[in-house]
Amino acid sequence: MIYWELFISFFKVGLFTIGGGYAMLPLIQQEIEAYQWITTQEFIDILAIAEMTPGPVAVNTATFVGYKSAGVLGSLLATTAVALPSLIIILLLARFLEKYQEHPIMKAVFSGIRPAVAGLIGAAAIFIIRNTLFVVNGGTSLGLPDLRAVLIAIAVFIAVRYYKVDPIKVIIASAVVGLIIF
Amino acid sequence: MNFRFLLELFVTWFKLGLFTFGGGFAMLPLIEKEVVEKGWATRDEILDIMAISQSVPGAIAINTAIYLGKRMAGFVGAIVAAIGVISPSVMVILAIAVYFVQFQENLYIMKAFSGIRAAIAGLITATAIRVASVNFHSKIAMTIIIGSLALNLFTSVHAAWIILLGAFVGYVVYHYLPNYK
Repeated sequence: MIYWELFISFFKVGLFTIGGGYAMLPLIQQEIEAYQWITTQEFIDILAIAEMTPGPVAVNTATFVGYKSAGVLGSLLATTAVALPSLIIILLLARFLEKYQEHPIMKAVFSGIRPAVAGLIGAAAIFIIRNTLFVVNGGTSLGLPDLRAVLIAIAVFIAVRYYKVDPIKVIIASAVVGLIIF
Repeated sequence: MNFRFLLELFVTWFKLGLFTFGGGFAMLPLIEKEVVEKGWATRDEILDIMAISQSVPGAIAINTAIYLGKRMAGFVGAIVAAIGVISPSVMVILAIAVYFVQFQENLYIMKAFSGIRAAIAGLITATAIRVASVNFHSKIAMTIIIGSLALNLFTSVHAAWIILLGAFVGYVVYHYLPNYK
């Protein structure tokens, strides 16, 4: 039965991928190919759409695949399934962490985790800059910087770092500016 | 259970879901703005929660929403926050799928999205610099920051292992250098 298959498949995707985002794609692709819910072309389309629409890639993909294969009910079922492992795991973990958060060992562990996360955020920033502010000229070689994108990024940087502007307002303004200058 | 608070929780996570492009750490500046300013968590706690969210199964945005929702309003809060952060994606994707919008070929969407992508680059850079400078307080912390950045950029080591490595260093320092600050 398709509803059950959708549920189990996306539950597996939610359960077996750590780190979210594109790490989930190979597993999603495997499940889609096993059941032939959507065509390969549709899968490529949904990846492009998922990248341009808000929210987690996993949710975007689950909603799309669920709808294409089993309508609105299918989309809601697949999306619920992909989020359900998170609910179970995080709730169990939260209980444990709340109980021991004042423990010296726990504090020591997090004093090492915070700088590690700071480094990861730095890496994410470099990755995003590389992928958004440069003209891609095929393959992995970096092209020239796209001046319009660089200008927006610098304006945003100054607005949030020095003037504490609300990031949501900044995103909306940048979309409008993008409509005009690109 | 306070219904007005649950509504506020839902609206906050709906906003975060609606304006998060790119996922993962790209949503950190928005979470900080919405959650820290409301007094729901400190900046340090947000980092801890994102580290956990990154190291366990599931989408980072959903994990973070569930953790913070649970802390604010228990099990119901976790569900409300999760539904809040998921709803915008579901609505947008369903609209695209149902009405068969030629999304990628729409010139205006492409232009607006180019603006948004550039904005995300500026936002995450500001956040990265702030978080790194806050954590640059000791030689060991500096080493962890640079090491984790380099591991993530230049190797294919999974981010969860990098976070675990940080945890291990934190424990070793505590155990063998109890007076190290």
